[in-house]
Amino acid sequence: MNPSASSLPAPSDRTRGDVLLSLRDVTIGYGKKVIQKNISMDVKRGSIFAIMGGSGCGKSTLLRAMIGLLRPQSGTYTVDGDEYWTGPDSHRTALNRRFGVLFQSGALWSSMTVGDNVALPLEMFTRLDDEMIRRLVELKLGLVGMSHAIDLMPSEISGGMKKRAGLARAMALDPDVLFFDEPSAGLDPITSARLDDLILTLRDGLGATIVIVSHELPSLFTIADDGIFLDAETHTPIAHGSPRDLRDHSTNPMVHAFMHREASTDAPPAEPATKGTNSNGH
Amino acid sequence: MTDQRPSQPATQTGQPHDRPQWNIASSGETATLRLSGQWTVDDGVPLELPADALTKAAHGASHLSIDTSGLGQWDSSLVSFLWNARQSTEKAGLTFDTAQLPDGVQRLIALLPPAPQPPATPHAHVPNPFQDAGAFTIASLEEVGAVTLLGVDTAKGSAKALSGHGGMRLRDLLTNISDAGPSALLIVLVVNFLVGAILAFVGAVQLQKFSADIYVANLVGIACVRELAAVMTAIIMAGRTGGAYAARIATMLGNEEIDALQVFGIPISSYILLPSVLALMLMMPLLYLYGCLASILGGYTVAVVMLPDITGTGYLHQTWDAVDLHQFEFGFIKSIVFATMIGLTSCRIGLKAGRSAADVGTAATSAVVVGIVGVIALDAVFAVIADVIGI
Repeated sequence: MNPSASSLPAPSDRTRGDVLLSLRDVTIGYGKKVIQKNISMDVKRGSIFAIMGGSGCGKSTLLRAMIGLLRPQSGTYTVDGDEYWTGPDSHRTALNRRFGVLFQSGALWSSMTVGDNVALPLEMFTRLDDEMIRRLVELKLGLVGMSHAIDLMPSEISGGMKKRAGLARAMALDPDVLFFDEPSAGLDPITSARLDDLILTLRDGLGATIVIVSHELPSLFTIADDGIFLDAETHTPIAHGSPRDLRDHSTNPMVHAFMHREASTDAPPAEPATKGTNSNGH
Repeated sequence: MTDQRPSQPATQTGQPHDRPQWNIASSGETATLRLSGQWTVDDGVPLELPADALTKAAHGASHLSIDTSGLGQWDSSLVSFLWNARQSTEKAGLTFDTAQLPDGVQRLIALLPPAPQPPATPHAHVPNPFQDAGAFTIASLEEVGAVTLLGVDTAKGSAKALSGHGGMRLRDLLTNISDAGPSALLIVLVVNFLVGAILAFVGAVQLQKFSADIYVANLVGIACVRELAAVMTAIIMAGRTGGAYAARIATMLGNEEIDALQVFGIPISSYILLPSVLALMLMMPLLYLYGCLASILGGYTVAVVMLPDITGTGYLHQTWDAVDLHQFEFGFIKSIVFATMIGLTSCRIGLKAGRSAADVGTAATSAVVVGIVGVIALDAVFAVIADVIGI
């Protein structure tokens, strides 16, 4: 993937420590309003970590805090041992070079072609020549099945294609961590399943760590290894574990109802939690 | 939602096309609310079950059952009436028994809360003139600071771009130049031509009284070159380009495009602000000169047509004598300052906009208003400066 290691940002040492992203007692919100508090979680290197919860619980807000768009009200957030929110802006900018983000809408820059969208980060942060950048852009777009759209404008492609192009842009600088904000939202089931396959392939092929915000259960059960469940009423995480384990073993009524698409949050039949654990009990 | 099941024929009092009616009959502990007729909105239904009627009719009863054997068609209006009836019943201390209701009505009633929830009261703002004035002053100063910082960032980005290490794309600059310059030629021509013509017309009427017709050229030339061409062109650009910048950036904010730039660490000042502000700064002085020519042409046209003693050559010669180079320099500098102010404030307004479609409209409107007011305020400052330094 990396044809010119001397020109691209230095790849991180992926052998350092098992935990890549770590949050401890993080509180997030806007102004004085607290959206979520007491968030503690570890994202292991190479894993696919799901941030789950109902609408309005603060999933995307947590993601914004993890990618540097919203400063947490309190708590610590470390990226590979480095405290993210301490130090000057340049420190965060340097850490962000290790991130790739796929926004909910794709967020392609509308004034430039799909190819230019992928090329811009390479032009800004590498000293590769135009020919090499063009090849890398073709490669990234090829990985997501979008090489034919290289010269199209974002307004000329469909919503699913925008997401795939956004994914190609997120991978432009070979990031260590890919963040996905509701990747399946607005996609039909087949396109959504293909995107899941793509995410798994990219994780296995690139060795990237993936953090995904979603409430698309089939997608989460398919791809996620670990996760956290945020509750909108208590404004705290109420469960940790993989979506599959939470589905099969969680005794928390809210988590159980969410994982089984039930309207009622009455307590499920008592069953010991073997893998998925409730936050207040683990 | 209309229930027309044959299992609910309107018998007893019920003729299918009757108006909706209710009555309460009491027998020992049980009161019965009997519904009959067509309970559809089109037929005009009772809105509520009066509490006093219920208390009087169901005196001594402990629960209220409902008889729907005479009920014909029904829709939401029946559910609304029953919701109200449930509240009145429970207020009167009776149990509301829904067992006899059609299944659909039972399920809808079960969804409803015991009573309509009171609307959330918006945060009451108690006017306090001193506090409001203080908050407005602080907010205004913060905005001035924010725009100044943007200006500093843009200047830094400009220096980097000149040294070849900036993030500005030449293509973006050229696109912005095309939008701000050539595309505005027609409107700048029309407005400035008309301003020059109006000045000449008003001046000619007055100056003819003193046989000073030729000084129309002085009036138009000095007024337009020194003030009006720069101000009118800046106002056009504030409305046309400033509004467009704010709307474009606010839309990018809503589409998460600005977030994407921030996460990549691509400086917004270099990528968005610099090409926009630089394009305006490059184009505005040229448009000012073009506006001067247009307004002088407007004055020339009116003077030659209206004033028989003035020839075209004489008018141009008089203009040449009246307007010296300092006037152009002054207008030129003003137009650059106006361009910088319009570019920075409209980008700032776009960047701090919300993320909805309405916010985009608000941002565009604010940019136009702030731009126009700012141009006129700055022009006043320039007038004072010119007076002090004796231009």
